[in-house]
Amino acid sequence: MSLVNERVNKPENRQKYCRFKKSGIKYIDYKDGNFLLKFVNEQGKILPRRLTGTSLKFQRKVAQAVARARHLAILPYVTDSLK
Amino acid sequence: MQAKIKTIIEPMELKNYETVFILTPLLNDAQMQETVEKFRQVLKENGADIIHEENWGLRKLAYPIQKKSTGFYHLVEFKAPGTVVDALELAYRRDEKVVRFLTTALDKHAVAYNERRRNGEFKSQAKKEEVKG
Repeated sequence: MSLVNERVNKPENRQKYCRFKKSGIKYIDYKDGNFLLKFVNEQGKILPRRLTGTSLKFQRKVAQAVARARHLAILPYVTDSLK
Repeated sequence: MQAKIKTIIEPMELKNYETVFILTPLLNDAQMQETVEKFRQVLKENGADIIHEENWGLRKLAYPIQKKSTGFYHLVEFKAPGTVVDALELAYRRDEKVVRFLTTALDKHAVAYNERRRNGEFKSQAKKEEVKG
């Protein structure tokens, strides 16, 4: 019996990646509300890059697209139960 | 230097734009068509080339605007000199049937994307998502 605690569920060290770079998407459409849902949480807030893995370049574009979608009432500004 | 010369020769540089506007749900079909036609005229008078038009019909809004929870969405894609945008947005502001509008300049990726969208490349995907939801 070892005295050193071992981690029970050692998490797989999965590398994050930018889905736009990986799949070659160059333009993020603000009209596609369903797609933008992937980048907001339940309250409609934009998810950070640290969670989605998006590169800085595309995070800016995501933010721009979400802002436009909100203006056009395709996405809500604030809500409680988006998903 | 070269850029300067270009502006002299070609003062009216055309750019691609896309505009979405939301009309109040109180209109009937004829009134709606009439309003859309009016904006189409505004665009044409100012020398815009309409590339594509879409009517999304009556859609639910994500949040109420002017105490209405639905609206008629319209999308127009056009190629025009920048002066058109001011004229168009002025027309939007003067018309109280318009509850929201957004005009965006399109970069080359957006133009390519819209071309594909028009050819219905994303439709099958959208349908799949609808079925899921």
